Amino acid sequence: MSNLKYTLVGIFFGIVFVKAEIISWFRIQEMFRLHSFHMYGVIGTAVVVGALSVWLIKRRNATSLEGEKISIPNKEFRYGQIFGGLLFGLGWAITGACPGPLYAQIGSGFSVIVLTLLFAILGTWSYGALREKLPK
Amino acid sequence: MENIIELIKQPWHWSIAGILIGLTVPILLILGNKKFGISSSLRHICAAAIPANIPFFQYDWKKQSWNLFFVVGVLLGGWIAVTFLQNPNEIIIAEKTKQALEAYGITDFSRLLPSEIFSWQSLTSLRGWIFMALGGFMVGFGTRWAGGCTSGHAIMGLSSLQIPSLLATICFMIGGFLGTHLLLPLFL
Repeated sequence: MSNLKYTLVGIFFGIVFVKAEIISWFRIQEMFRLHSFHMYGVIGTAVVVGALSVWLIKRRNATSLEGEKISIPNKEFRYGQIFGGLLFGLGWAITGACPGPLYAQIGSGFSVIVLTLLFAILGTWSYGALREKLPK
Repeated sequence: MENIIELIKQPWHWSIAGILIGLTVPILLILGNKKFGISSSLRHICAAAIPANIPFFQYDWKKQSWNLFFVVGVLLGGWIAVTFLQNPNEIIIAEKTKQALEAYGITDFSRLLPSEIFSWQSLTSLRGWIFMALGGFMVGFGTRWAGGCTSGHAIMGLSSLQIPSLLATICFMIGGFLGTHLLLPLFL
């Protein structure tokens, strides 16, 4: 049950999502209408903190608590980043949620979002089924 | 102590949220060399529940089950936040956004999501199905095609200076702007 520590990190993360109102459809609307700095501030700060952390970890050649050397594989360019990225962006504007907030919305009492999550799973499944026919 | 709880109940400033979310990147790396990413959980659910002989879902998802433990936590965190740390006041939304949405008949700003769209009742209308079902489908299809979502590309990818993730993030944003300004007026 060593995976339970990731549930704890997830709990911490879910609380932040709700308390900073990142899971709010309204906050996403503000972002895409350029009416508020809130979401840009959240994502921008997160990237700066994440980048400093990754830089430190790489510099110190750190290992994880399980003794594994921490490695971050490079991503490759694919057309999916463009087509899939655009499609996800459209869906993000409609649902007001990326995958993380979907889980937090369900937890915070919006039971109907289970339907959105089921359709997100169906979307992922359909991608898997059509993968060979799509530009990579 | 009560003062601290009262303070936590207020909506958190973006800088606090940004720092805490950013810290998730090193926490996961240090705990177990795990790369922050949430949309992968959707793929693992497919692989575990409905693989249907699709090659994309033929892998040992159990090896990456930490991701599923993580998203269960996110769900529980959402519950804890509204149960114990609920902000007693209405969410404060930019006046311009409020006006734009009111023009479409969205007037309930009392919760995190507008009840006119996101409720079981609204499933009696096509609009409800577009926002919840079609929207969810696009999120699930798009993130997997892109190889990640806001967490995997925009936060983890940009934090590790990956140019493909920058491309993906730019496309997320373009899609979001198009969705808000072209699709929403059609659907609302």
